[in-house]
Amino acid sequence: MSRGKLPKWVDYGLLPVLNLAAAFFVAGLVVLLIGENPLEAVKILVWGSLGFGEGVGYTLFYATNFIFTGLAVAVAFHVGLFNIGGEGQAYIGGLGVGIACLALDRIVLWWVTFPVAVAGGAVFGAAWALVPAYLQAKRGSHIVITTIMFNFIASSLMVYLLVNVLQKPGSMQPETRNFEAGGQLPLIRDILPGLDLGQAPLNLAFILVLAACVFVWVLVWHSKLGFEIRTFGANQTAAIYAGISPVRIVIITMLISGGLAGLMAINEVMGSQTRLLLEFTAGYGFVGIAVALMGRAHPIGIILASILFGMLYQGGAELAFEKPAITRDMIVVIQGLVILFAGALEHVFRPYLERLFASAPHPAAQAT
Amino acid sequence: MSIIYGFYATDAGEIRIDGKPVSITDSKTAIANGIGMIHQHFMLVDNFTVLENVMLGVEGGLLLNAGIAKARAVLKRLADDYGLAVDLDAEVGELPVGLQQRMEILKALFRGADILILDEPTGVLTSAEADYLFCILRDEGKTVLLITHKLREIMAVTDHVSVMRRGELVDTREIAQTSVEELAELMVGRSVLLRVDKKPAEPGRTVLEVEDLTVRDGRGVVRVGHASLCVRAGEIVGIAGVSGNGQSQLLEALAGIRTWETGCVLVDGRDVTADGAVGPEEIRNMGVAHVPEDRHRMGLVNAFAEYENSVLGYHGDPQYGSGALMDIKSMQADARDKIEKYDIRPPSCTLKTSMFSGGNQQKIVLAREIERDPVVLLVGQPTRGVDIGAIEFIHKRLLELRDQGKGILLVSVELDEIRMLANRVLVMFDGRLVGERAADASEQEFGLMMSGVTEEAAE
Repeated sequence: MSRGKLPKWVDYGLLPVLNLAAAFFVAGLVVLLIGENPLEAVKILVWGSLGFGEGVGYTLFYATNFIFTGLAVAVAFHVGLFNIGGEGQAYIGGLGVGIACLALDRIVLWWVTFPVAVAGGAVFGAAWALVPAYLQAKRGSHIVITTIMFNFIASSLMVYLLVNVLQKPGSMQPETRNFEAGGQLPLIRDILPGLDLGQAPLNLAFILVLAACVFVWVLVWHSKLGFEIRTFGANQTAAIYAGISPVRIVIITMLISGGLAGLMAINEVMGSQTRLLLEFTAGYGFVGIAVALMGRAHPIGIILASILFGMLYQGGAELAFEKPAITRDMIVVIQGLVILFAGALEHVFRPYLERLFASAPHPAAQAT
Repeated sequence: MSIIYGFYATDAGEIRIDGKPVSITDSKTAIANGIGMIHQHFMLVDNFTVLENVMLGVEGGLLLNAGIAKARAVLKRLADDYGLAVDLDAEVGELPVGLQQRMEILKALFRGADILILDEPTGVLTSAEADYLFCILRDEGKTVLLITHKLREIMAVTDHVSVMRRGELVDTREIAQTSVEELAELMVGRSVLLRVDKKPAEPGRTVLEVEDLTVRDGRGVVRVGHASLCVRAGEIVGIAGVSGNGQSQLLEALAGIRTWETGCVLVDGRDVTADGAVGPEEIRNMGVAHVPEDRHRMGLVNAFAEYENSVLGYHGDPQYGSGALMDIKSMQADARDKIEKYDIRPPSCTLKTSMFSGGNQQKIVLAREIERDPVVLLVGQPTRGVDIGAIEFIHKRLLELRDQGKGILLVSVELDEIRMLANRVLVMFDGRLVGERAADASEQEFGLMMSGVTEEAAE
């Protein structure tokens, strides 16, 4: 990814906004096509996600998931790897969280379970990234392929475990029993009743994810490990010259990436569902890729992009409810367009902007 | 040559074939005009068969079958006519390089080439293979353009020779009327030197000793063969040679980036592999600094800010932050010191490295490596792509360093530079150090050695 030809405010500000505008423009055309008013649709979407307490709560709850998986993808980006396996790593991370909660919820208070569950989610998520990382580092097996495969393996493994091992006795549902109070994260609406969050499942994992953002920021830009990660990601030959072991740096970075993805389960499993169930990841791992791309692999950008996607999820649900013509599938189309323009087509407008700004004089022009 | 084959466009001038001006815009028009190129690095698909490789680009239709049968017949005839026997169904990746090259020639002939361009064809061949190749070429009745730095090959097989130096055609001679010595002189040239005042070297103890070092590349080709050398404190030892004769690999091996097969390296009297295998970090810790040949590929991370590059390789040093974190303030302060000391412009340590000019980028690397106060400094192509002002600065700095008692091993393809800086010059040819001369030996002598005419023959 060659950056730097553009002024920062264009790269980080104007370009994402342009991409977003293009996505909404095309989405608006689709809405028009099915006979609804696009402006009205936007109004409902924004109001539904930000207009009232409960909406905001849901938006931030979804955003929490996206930030976790977005950070996971971003960390791998910095070492030059494309971790598509956030979905599977989060799923297996859920296993770690679930086991911790099931084991402790009847014995101790939630704040004792919490750190154990965090460790469980991170370790299980990291473990799920370990094999693809090892294969990439030692054998050169492409991480995109292996992590996708591991998503499927994770899915099958969880079905097996939830049906045969962890299932609640006497139930036909492929899910565990409900965690009791010792295995539940406090909801923000209970801690701060004044906020009027309605039934929104926003919970303490939101604080955890903000801490994770700080962690990633310090890791990538202020630690020696981060220096090595970025060096390897930007120039592998220079990294070897600098004495950085490719095997070591790839494996360590992928473990951190997998661990961050695994923490997503804290929000879903411990914070909201209070039980381990099938497919609780619901594609959040994949949205993390778009979030990381759109957020330029920087925590601040990821938070903003995650809130946007949180709005699309929450506002989209409201929209589908208000406008029967705009079905749930339409919302998926709009989300898909945003991912398309912000992620896959990220570079569409870049050359034009670069040409536009190339004429502007640059300080390096005076360099000898 | 890449222009003739259509890889690059001409800025000015024209190309005439058989007296007719032609415009070659891409390799397709070059082929249509009967030009065939055999690259130094073969352009083959390793997991295709010989036949498939030859047909690549001239499959002759949507379906392969008809084309395959026709190609097979034509190739058989060509192979018989020219004595270029190759098993058509062998997978190319499994063939030895000599055969790969033979099929590159077949490929060109198959496309109806009348003019063959051979770019350093013997670089990867054994001498027997090379002899055979020239045997074939001579009897073909084709026009052959041979690009090589090996003068003996020129003398042995060509009719005319043109000498190029730094992108300019220096002179053209009839082989019958010239000699190896004359060509060597033309090749090396006598350009005006940027003289630097220097005192005579005062060599002290030996700081770098290399014995019987052999390095193979990824394909198993010996790049450095049984090299032995020593560098003493307070001297600059130059390694001269035409680019691609193993200097890069030697330097990278000494810096710990490449592993060596046999041999032993002593830094300041200590065997570097005494505690097992070493990497760049261990070598660095023993006091060996390395200015790599290619700053863009290896010496710098272009996307990084200047201050980040000025600690690359030394980022683990406690000076730049204790524990796991980096102290960005101290990194920047350190970088600003170096910027001032080395007159790096523009003087901004937060500017992205790719924004600096070549000379200033090179100074960033030099400052980083020199300021660590190394025992041995390995320097590759210190002034490649660097402006004159910076060249002078870099040369002066290297001599200063020498006078401070550092041992410097200097690899450069610029003979002028080596002769000016070094007090002893080793010449590398085909992976071997073929001889040592004092820096004031004649250009002709160096030219001969660099072209593979052995020391004994030259004397």
